[in-house]
Amino acid sequence: MSTSYIPPEFRWTNDTETCCRCKRCIKQCGWGALRWEHRVVADQQACVGCHRCEVFCPESCITVLPNPTFYRPNANWTLRHRKNVYRQAESGGVLLTGMGADQDFPVLFDSLFLDACQVTNPSIDPLREPMELRTYLGRKPEQVEVAVAADGRVSLKTPLAPNYQLAFPIIFSPMSYGSISLTAQKSLAMAAEALGILWNTGEGGLHEQVKPYAHCAVVQCASGRFGVNVEYLHAGAAVEIKIGQGAKPGIGGHLPGEKVTADVSTTRMIPLGSDAISPAPQHDIYSIEDLRQLIFALKEAVDYQKPVGVKIAAVHNVAAIASGIVRAGADYVYLDGVRGGTGAAPSVIRDNLGIPIELAIAAVDQRLREEGIRNQASLIAAGSIRSSADMAKAIALGADAVAIGTAALLSLGCTLCQKCYTGRCSWGITTQDPELTRRIDPVWGAERVANLVHAWAAELEEMLGAMGVNAVESLRGSRERLRAVGLDDRTLAILGVKPAGVGA
Amino acid sequence: MTTTEQVEADQQAGVVIDAAGLHYRDLNRRVRELVAAGETALTLRNVRGQRYIGDGLTGKDVRITIHGVPGGDLAAFMDGPTLEVFGNGQDAACNTMNDGRVIIHGHAGDALGYGMRGGSLFVRGDAGYRVGIHMKAYKTQIPAVVIGGCVGDFFGEYMAGGMLVVLGLDRKPGQRLVGGYLASGIHGGEIFLRATPDALPRAPYLSSEPVSADGLKALTPRLRAFADAFRLDADELLAGPFTRLTPISHRPFAAKYAPA
Ligand code: SF4
Ligand code: SF4
Ligand code: SF4
Repeated sequence: MSTSYIPPEFRWTNDTETCCRCKRCIKQCGWGALRWEHRVVADQQACVGCHRCEVFCPESCITVLPNPTFYRPNANWTLRHRKNVYRQAESGGVLLTGMGADQDFPVLFDSLFLDACQVTNPSIDPLREPMELRTYLGRKPEQVEVAVAADGRVSLKTPLAPNYQLAFPIIFSPMSYGSISLTAQKSLAMAAEALGILWNTGEGGLHEQVKPYAHCAVVQCASGRFGVNVEYLHAGAAVEIKIGQGAKPGIGGHLPGEKVTADVSTTRMIPLGSDAISPAPQHDIYSIEDLRQLIFALKEAVDYQKPVGVKIAAVHNVAAIASGIVRAGADYVYLDGVRGGTGAAPSVIRDNLGIPIELAIAAVDQRLREEGIRNQASLIAAGSIRSSADMAKAIALGADAVAIGTAALLSLGCTLCQKCYTGRCSWGITTQDPELTRRIDPVWGAERVANLVHAWAAELEEMLGAMGVNAVESLRGSRERLRAVGLDDRTLAILGVKPAGVGA
Repeated sequence: MTTTEQVEADQQAGVVIDAAGLHYRDLNRRVRELVAAGETALTLRNVRGQRYIGDGLTGKDVRITIHGVPGGDLAAFMDGPTLEVFGNGQDAACNTMNDGRVIIHGHAGDALGYGMRGGSLFVRGDAGYRVGIHMKAYKTQIPAVVIGGCVGDFFGEYMAGGMLVVLGLDRKPGQRLVGGYLASGIHGGEIFLRATPDALPRAPYLSSEPVSADGLKALTPRLRAFADAFRLDADELLAGPFTRLTPISHRPFAAKYAPA
């Protein structure tokens, strides 16, 4: 093989003075970057900077730093562009990457500020007073009619569409078994059950081991129909048609044959070792009318007993598309913004296609309100919700709930090395190698993920209290409680938010 | 008809539902309720475009006879029953069907057998575009779609398993057996076309050869069942000639990507 022109991205070193020569680091590295030659030797090219070895070194003697090698700076031809050209000159391939866009995109959440009560309106102390975070996913009636019986008892006359009760306005984003390990998926499933929220199968079917948690799972139906049968549809809490994903709008899923292990093939119900191709076009859907046909095919299959939602990537025409989806009969619309994560995507797609979630939420919420159909579907926002503050702002912009993927994986140890697509994740998350996947004990994993959600929920309560409201319902779509700094008039108009400094 | 014949016919017909003027939700609810109550034979008369008949229905011994034209997504997600249609079918029949038999005594529309994983679909006449796409096979589940007439473009697109057959019966002059973009993205399964290889379009991702003895062995039971369903002469159909198409690779896009 000829020499690669690409300099290593990381510089692995260890302090040989303090190294106890336990060789643990060598075992911990999923990418086989370390070997023993009388001492630990690193193949610097192979190190992806996942920091697993560093965390598990008993002597804390490992340091993994960015390679400080100096190329003449060029603001136009950044090192990133140069490296990509070298890579493509070497391979001729479409460059793959993992996780969400790592570019310096403007994050509008960071330009938005939440309101708080002072003097003229009282805040609420969440330590003392009840706070309602419960959220219902599904279609809400236009109006309700009640019947009053002779004895004065009131009962509901309007039949209600199926709604799923979430304890918190947070759910886990779709991550299939195949793209992540079963131990990682089980951690999410167990956490969802304990929390009273939802996890999502992604387009990878339902493995035996997570079937006990199907009652709190969204089961996906994507173009490849992996693992989809009546039993699967009935098992879930809600059914989701996957049209697109924020990290790769217009691009399908593609699990390479080498990741289709015996167990993955059983869960997806496909032959061992063949590519699992789930292309972006659902070739039975060419219009809103076709989408409606599939939505109702699924509703018929589950006898109208559960919500059927549609997941799309946030793209330029998102408001009109979402309106069509709601009119097609979807009970919720899941919007995934351009910064959303993935197990594998061409980096050119991830970093260039789609729009930020903040604008998408506001545009969709506004459009659905204007058309008088906002009640017909819940809105889920995803695409890099990094904190409870992002969540609160997403809800204030108009979302009913947020979905988290990357944050949940971070709580399992992920360090955002972006090498998920290699299937060698040292943290046992995006791999099918049993040596690696057993690094996650689902009981331990579920606890960490649940801790995260509990912490965010507590922070959300604090923020709601400070704003003087005692239910997340009161924040939903309440853009008056947001102010912006440094945004242009047009962006402010789309967000429906006033600049900071402007009062009520 | 003698009285005994009449009794037998009635038994076969089972519960008869007049579908005229019924919304699909009401029609399908009745079908589901009857099947749940243990009925195994149903006859639907005057079916005029009602969608989702047999959608999500289970039960190997359930048999539904449909007179008229059922709407889209006939037998979608179905798992076991037999549906026989005396009339034409519309789009997306057998969408993600897991098991069962669907027999259509007429023509049928686009995207038939999408993501089908088991069972069989027999269409006596022609079918539209994108038939048998994303078809899968799983362990002993090997789905088959047999089209008596001709099919449109993108036949067997993204095919991952199972069997597709096109017979070209009653072909009109100038009518093509299969349309363009035959089996693009195929990475599993096999396609049998009743024609010689030289009469068929070629594609770099497809291996096409005259059917072998082994291939004929796989095809025979399906063709016999097809002939049975439509009272055709099986031996005449089996006389061929047949071309068997299979994917060159189970990993068609393996070389396209590189690590970033
Ligand atoms: S884990 Fe740490 S102490 Fe053990 S061999 Fe590696 S560098 Fe040395
Ligand atoms: S474990 Fe991670 S950080 Fe350590 S050498 Fe391997 S790739 Fe590099
Ligand atoms: S999941 Fe694993 S491979 Fe992917 S970014 Fe996180 S640590 Fe890296």
